[in-house]
Amino acid sequence: MGFELETALPSDQPLQRVAIDPVSRVEGHGKVTLLLDAQNRVHQVRLHIVEFRGFERIAQGRPYWEIPVMVQRLCGICPVSHHLAASKAMDLIVGARQLTPSAEKMRRLMHYGQILQSHALHFFHLSSPDLLFGFDSEVARRNIVGVIADHPDIAKKGVLLRKYGQEVIRHTAGKRVHGTGSVPGGVNKSLSAEDRAAMRGEIEQIVLWCREAVELIKRLHLHNRALYDGFGAFRSNIMGLVAPDGALDLYHGALRVRDADGNIVLDQADYQGYETLLTEEVKPWSYMKFPYLTALGPQLGWYKVGPLARIQNCDYIPTPHAEAERREFCDHAGGKPFAGTLGYHWARMVEMLFAAESIERILADDDLEGRELTVQGERRREGVGVIEAPRGTLIHHYRVGDNDLVTMANLIVSTTHNNQAMNTAVREVAKQYLDGREITEGLLNHIEVAIRAYDPCLSCATHALGQMPLEVLLADADGNTLDYVLRDHEHTIRRPPAPAGGIAL
Amino acid sequence: MPPAVQTAPTLVFGWGNPSRGDDALGPLFCERIEALRLPGVECLTDFQLQVEHALDLAGRRRVLFVDAALAGAQPQEPAALAAGFHAHTITPARDASFTTHTMSPQSVLQVYRQVLGSDPPPAWLLAIHGIGFELGDGLSAAAAANLDRALAWAEHWLRENGATNAPFQV
Repeated sequence: MGFELETALPSDQPLQRVAIDPVSRVEGHGKVTLLLDAQNRVHQVRLHIVEFRGFERIAQGRPYWEIPVMVQRLCGICPVSHHLAASKAMDLIVGARQLTPSAEKMRRLMHYGQILQSHALHFFHLSSPDLLFGFDSEVARRNIVGVIADHPDIAKKGVLLRKYGQEVIRHTAGKRVHGTGSVPGGVNKSLSAEDRAAMRGEIEQIVLWCREAVELIKRLHLHNRALYDGFGAFRSNIMGLVAPDGALDLYHGALRVRDADGNIVLDQADYQGYETLLTEEVKPWSYMKFPYLTALGPQLGWYKVGPLARIQNCDYIPTPHAEAERREFCDHAGGKPFAGTLGYHWARMVEMLFAAESIERILADDDLEGRELTVQGERRREGVGVIEAPRGTLIHHYRVGDNDLVTMANLIVSTTHNNQAMNTAVREVAKQYLDGREITEGLLNHIEVAIRAYDPCLSCATHALGQMPLEVLLADADGNTLDYVLRDHEHTIRRPPAPAGGIAL
Repeated sequence: MPPAVQTAPTLVFGWGNPSRGDDALGPLFCERIEALRLPGVECLTDFQLQVEHALDLAGRRRVLFVDAALAGAQPQEPAALAAGFHAHTITPARDASFTTHTMSPQSVLQVYRQVLGSDPPPAWLLAIHGIGFELGDGLSAAAAANLDRALAWAEHWLRENGATNAPFQV
């Protein structure tokens, strides 16, 4: 049984097909297909994303201690998340059930540097142009004039926030790209007094900019509540890690799930048992699996992960400014999990503030300069490491033989967890903005805005040049091309001859 | 934000994932150029282009971006197809992407303009053709040959040390 608009119902009218192909990388391939009837009413909407592949194959036969470094090759955007999730799994392999204080704090510092720089990149570079200048809404454009005037240097702050996050990573992981700081059982370096002082010297400004960023997205949201609350809105479960006392914890914790009304339906679940808790459904039309909570089944058990889920799933945020902002967000939502897709942006900025405050707090701790870096215990053959990556829950699972070589690897990345949610968001937007209308660039962009809110990982780290960012094919049910559009990096529209055979839907 | 140290007038920025077959072309190009120790030329590499790379362009006279390109993915001159690489000037432009997982060099130039408030240095994009991009694969023989040709050709341009800003002629 599928979801509404997942598969077209029988119709006595001819159907047209629209394909939006925004990112045509070599492997990472995102595409939205819409099946329309003669009146442009939506009959079917699907988001196709190619799940990254190949890592499990190349991990097998490799020594377990290589994995935390090697796995960073999966993603050029959040390598630290993979680095730490793999390290946490390998901690269990070497029997390190409790890291030294220095090791755990170094890892947390690294992780919050990653969260900070990733969230800054997403908001300031990718999303703020849409949010500031509107996406086909003249009302929104009028409302945000004052906001833009108050933030003339937004791009600069975004770059400098990201730069700071990268520096935190460099100091904790050893280098900015492909660090080696985290190892099975702990870390291989502590923080020098000089590096620590350098980061502390800037963190006050960073926290201030993060507070301003929350204010900015809040103003944007509240200036146009109808749009922000209603855009791509749908009810769902939410899932993420929480600390034993229910606090937001992006580095470690146990799984909690709330339903669409905010009721806790699963709490303090040990993620070592994720294979029992979750089932990954395969659908014939998608390369990416659809995970759901096994106990609830595929129709009721799917969920959101990531910032919007996390700040509503926890009981509180353990830093003062972010907690105040979380409360305001939850008050705005009215006591139930906020359903609007654009809520991700507000939630992401609350988390960015949390990351900055956490960095400030950790940098004040002398354990960062400690000498006890690793521990070991009874060797095990299997380990699961879970971390809350910038985009959501990231699961790494390994089995290791007595010869220290990996025999099995399984990863569930954040974008896979969000697969059903992203599909639902796109369907809601299509129903709201495309049903019964002419297809325009602006309307198609609404679908991109919905996907962009999740910042999906499209088969990380391959990006060879030579393909257009947006490709649209309109065809009828018989496969006859009606229109074919390319939009380049300057947003220039071209209509070259359609590729032979069209775009596979 | 001017750089604190003396900046080489020519920046060669290659990017790509060394673990994904021909996606390694950009970093490998930089590695080979760096070994030549050309005066006034600095090489930087990363997995992917990102906004902070705009700051690396400050104080340069010219910038050469280098990346792998899927062979045949764009309309190209027959000479470029035969050479296994192509190059052209680029100007600032905002990306149309919906994800942070891809960023164009044109967008990096746009960020430079936004952040530093001035036009970025003249920039070229050298795209070296590749054919295989699977995780765990090595460089293909065809891409290796294209890399050699691109290097031979780019070395001549780089040795001019900024004497001309003319775009590459294939």
